[in-house]
Amino acid sequence: MGRLTVEVAARADARTGEFVEAFARRVEAMPPGQCPVGMVLGQLQASAAQTCGKCTPCAQGMPKIEALLGDVAAFRATAATVDEIRDAATLLRDTADCAVGWQAGAMVLAGLDAFAEEFASHVDAGTCAPGTRQTVPCVTRCPAHVNVPAYIALAEEGRVAEAVKMIRKDNPFPTACALVCEHPCEERCRRTMVDAPVNIRGIKKYIVDTVPADSVETPAPLAPTGKRIAVVGAGPSGLTCAYFLGLMGHAVTVFERRSRLGGMMRYGIPAYRLPRERLDEDIRAVLGAGDIEVRTGCDVQTDEMRTLVDEFDAVYVAVGAQGGKTLSIEGADAAGVMSAVDVLEAIGDEQYPDFTGKNVVVIGGGNVAMDCARTAVRAGAASVTVAYRRRLEDMTALPSEVEAAMMEGVEMRCLQAPASIEANAEGCATALICQPQRIGAVRGGRPAPVPADKPEVRLAADLVIIAVGQAIECAPFEEFGMQHDRTYLCADACLQAPGFDTVFVGGDCQWGPKTVIMAIAAGKTAAANIDELLGFHHKLDCGAAVPPAHPNDRTAYGRVQVAERPARERKCDFKYVEEPVSAEEAAQECGRCLRCDVYGIGALTGRGLEAW
Amino acid sequence: MVTITINGQAVEAPEGTSVLDAATAAGVTIPTLCYLKDLNCIGSCRVCLVDVEGEGLAASCNTAVREGMVVRTDTPQVAAARRANLQAIMDDHRALCATCVRQDTCALRDLASTFNLADAPGLLPEPAPWDADFPLQRDSSKCIKCMRCVAICEKVQHCAVWDFTGVGPSTKIIVRDSLPIAEAGCALCGQCITHCPTGALTARDDVSLIMEAILDPAVETVVQVAPAVRTAWGEGLGLSREEATPGRLAAALHAVGFDKVFDTDFAADLTIMEEGSEFVEFLGSDAPRPMFTSCCPGWVRFVKQHYPQFTAQLSSAKSPHQMMGAVVKNTLAAEAAEAGRRLFVVSIMPCVAKKYECDVPELSTVVGATHGAGTSDAGLVPDAPVAPELAAEAAPDVDAVLTVREFGRLLRLVGVDCTALSEAPFDNPLGLSTGAATIFGRTGGVMEAALRSAAYLITGENPDFSACDTTAATSETPWMSRELSIGDATVRIAVASGLENTSKLLDALESGEAAFDFVEIMACPGGCVGGGGQPIQFNSELAQARAGVLNRLDAADKLRYSHENPDIAKLYADWIGEPLSHTAHEWLHTDQESWQI
Repeated sequence: MGRLTVEVAARADARTGEFVEAFARRVEAMPPGQCPVGMVLGQLQASAAQTCGKCTPCAQGMPKIEALLGDVAAFRATAATVDEIRDAATLLRDTADCAVGWQAGAMVLAGLDAFAEEFASHVDAGTCAPGTRQTVPCVTRCPAHVNVPAYIALAEEGRVAEAVKMIRKDNPFPTACALVCEHPCEERCRRTMVDAPVNIRGIKKYIVDTVPADSVETPAPLAPTGKRIAVVGAGPSGLTCAYFLGLMGHAVTVFERRSRLGGMMRYGIPAYRLPRERLDEDIRAVLGAGDIEVRTGCDVQTDEMRTLVDEFDAVYVAVGAQGGKTLSIEGADAAGVMSAVDVLEAIGDEQYPDFTGKNVVVIGGGNVAMDCARTAVRAGAASVTVAYRRRLEDMTALPSEVEAAMMEGVEMRCLQAPASIEANAEGCATALICQPQRIGAVRGGRPAPVPADKPEVRLAADLVIIAVGQAIECAPFEEFGMQHDRTYLCADACLQAPGFDTVFVGGDCQWGPKTVIMAIAAGKTAAANIDELLGFHHKLDCGAAVPPAHPNDRTAYGRVQVAERPARERKCDFKYVEEPVSAEEAAQECGRCLRCDVYGIGALTGRGLEAW
Repeated sequence: MVTITINGQAVEAPEGTSVLDAATAAGVTIPTLCYLKDLNCIGSCRVCLVDVEGEGLAASCNTAVREGMVVRTDTPQVAAARRANLQAIMDDHRALCATCVRQDTCALRDLASTFNLADAPGLLPEPAPWDADFPLQRDSSKCIKCMRCVAICEKVQHCAVWDFTGVGPSTKIIVRDSLPIAEAGCALCGQCITHCPTGALTARDDVSLIMEAILDPAVETVVQVAPAVRTAWGEGLGLSREEATPGRLAAALHAVGFDKVFDTDFAADLTIMEEGSEFVEFLGSDAPRPMFTSCCPGWVRFVKQHYPQFTAQLSSAKSPHQMMGAVVKNTLAAEAAEAGRRLFVVSIMPCVAKKYECDVPELSTVVGATHGAGTSDAGLVPDAPVAPELAAEAAPDVDAVLTVREFGRLLRLVGVDCTALSEAPFDNPLGLSTGAATIFGRTGGVMEAALRSAAYLITGENPDFSACDTTAATSETPWMSRELSIGDATVRIAVASGLENTSKLLDALESGEAAFDFVEIMACPGGCVGGGGQPIQFNSELAQARAGVLNRLDAADKLRYSHENPDIAKLYADWIGEPLSHTAHEWLHTDQESWQI
């Protein structure tokens, strides 16, 4: 018998590792609407399972906190119980020997503060706080609340046209979302507990690739109401609003400043991610939904707003966030410095830039920065570099976008804060000068960069594209009298503009640059509330029914990923980058859906998804 | 259609059907607790488990049939899993069955015996506090969280009084928004009670109150029974529908010890005289359409809480049993007083809301406050009109209301052997009634009876029964409507039962999608025959079968028009004068807008 062994420990550790990984996935799939008191209790119980039991604060303190939290969860507690929890958690945090203890105490205290309303409701009302209720995770996480399990089930049965109809019940842009949605629906997918989230966007892509959206008829519009509604801005939000109001029988006029429709879907998202002919499939369907008139090249300013409010029964302002934010650094006015919005806007009108031979530096770490970088590659740039002041993992761009950009040859220079832009005698940019950063402490949930003790870095640049966010051009609306919070236009939760009975505001111009699906959600919300305002309670029939569920397939699978064309090929053109999802792949993904609208709490809260 | 195999037998079922429904249709019984057909298929209790070949155990209520599916409902593994889940439910149930009013109709108790369950090993849950005076009672310690009350209240009765909250084992049923039950918009229809599988939801038990009154020599007890009671009273007592006749019912009431046994049917005829006359007057007026019936206190509670804008359109007529109470107290009190006794009026009703109604101060009359228009043998002295606030302090016209279930308990308590009883008549003068009154107990009945007499009041001729027929009314559709000609007038009528149906009808009236002159609403699906105070048979909807009893009684009755009831004519001649007279208003009508819930 030797003194040391390796094998047994390694094997045991591997088993633990697998279990921990599954446990972590379970936590990751925390059901939306879950009672936070239960979550804090669960966290404490997990912590208690990690203690060695050596020290008093854990060994005696944790069971005490667990029992008290149990009382709160079971509505048996008083305000004194919560005070007692706070005292005990403070003691645990302040006196525990190691992080297993003190971090658990800190988590409980953080929970008490973050969920104070929930704790108070448990104690005072004997119920969960209003709105605390588990739901169907994907439907809840989707801003537009698309009935995901229903369209997956329809796709699985091969009823793809009905799947399109089911998506359109809440979202008239099935194609655009299939191609570019950031798919928040997948974030808490219950399937994560078993293996990984269902590739919901991939399934949607299979659907619209199998049956083009404009070949699936939209519902017949309801009887004309005689009401007229003006929509300002033909982006995803405005067009969504127009679509639903058109179906409800209202007469809609859409006013668009540019020559073509789609807003940021056309003038912000490059064609290689959303080919224009695919976007047009959605737009054709939208415009066919009832009495919708479009006026392009129509810039709505203050006077026009006054006229619209007088002449129409309601107005929906969805002008988006079209202005590029700038950086106030030395040299920012040099020739060759441009904003992301300008670059992408030109592409919207199919004016592709020619960057042949240029060194391009893109500033920013969001999806727009990646769009600019990948566009620059396609425009023939000699080199494309992204300068970002945080780390790669801190980028707000989807990891898949970052990875794709890197595969296409984009250099990621992280922890580089732009300090100045170097220009030559002619005033043309020659380089971006960066101050290297060190990643520091977490502030506001994200690690913050701090200047590092390193010399400045020079990134050669003929072109500098600034992609650090967008702003709204709200002056005309401000002058018209609409409230704004310095940056964006104001609206209440129903998207009604304060001070106006018939004016609604939504989308990027109201909450800042967000995603296509959020803009769609705002358009849907505005449509519903405008319908109510005009004295109607129209319910739309989407023309597809929810199929029955088959029992859950409990086999763990790998998640099918949407493949991209080879990088060396795709980076040379502006054609669509993704490969199709095959019928086989789609079938496997559909089969992984756990039908949370039927099983679990969805049996209770999953109803009522048919109408809104 | 899909073909599946259940226990070796090929079964066809439409696509989308649950395995449970397919099995039931094929005659295969699967035990359930939470399942409520079409309303609550949530798979929560896991008692309806079956074995699906290749897949293992599945809850049959939320598993859809698929072609070629092979299902077994009868294996030891299935039984063991069902039993284990039932035991877990039982372990959290305050199983004090000996004193539980649902001991004979409890679905959990039934299954506990079938599945040979053991006592809970730990402490039993304690009941949460509840308003003991409210006609609807809830004992949380008996709740098994099946959510059937949540489903029926929201989906069938539109009130959404019940909700659920909490996490994991702390999940519980609550009154919505944690409101006190009296303020939660409850119509008191009692459908949650009749659909509760256990004794968690019950009606307030007033049996001991009645026993006290019967035992008190200074009290003259007067009892009346609602039309729908005669369809169902024998169900909980082991009597067949043939045995449970109205005559045997009257005999049983005498046997319990009530001094006078009257029939609410008489008062239903009286209601028709008043409400029918009111409707004839209404037809000639420009009052907003429609006029609504007001016999159902569940409906009255519902409209006043959920659609108050329609309150003014309710008929001012009190409900029949309140009319009976008013007539009894005004015409018989003096006689009782002479004998040194005071009257105690008991209503036996298929209803929970009537327990509330009898306590509404605005619905009680002050005895002797007004003099009958005819000559009164009782020699009541005319008095000055009484101010409403004084009326409010008066004793109620109906002192207590018992549900049919409580009546069954009373019969058992007193030891009445109903099968051995000979038929007996109701006491007179308040016992004779017509077939028109009998059908009050089913949806459409009030309307039909009113039309029979309204037509007579307008044209002077009795209409054909078929002209007034409402037997097509059903809670399966939101409402039934028809147009009929009475004299020169075209009358548009509608009938709805169940409050979700009612709400659809009211919404349609409000939006102008529908327009009627006269609308009958009953809160319970199918009307009083499906009332929340009726005997309970787990997962059996008996309204239709009970309505059949009423229709047969009506068809067999010699008198089928309320205005032909000779005792009603005598009551008017002796006391009230004529319909809608001053006395009629004092005794038989209420200002609907003067009292709120």
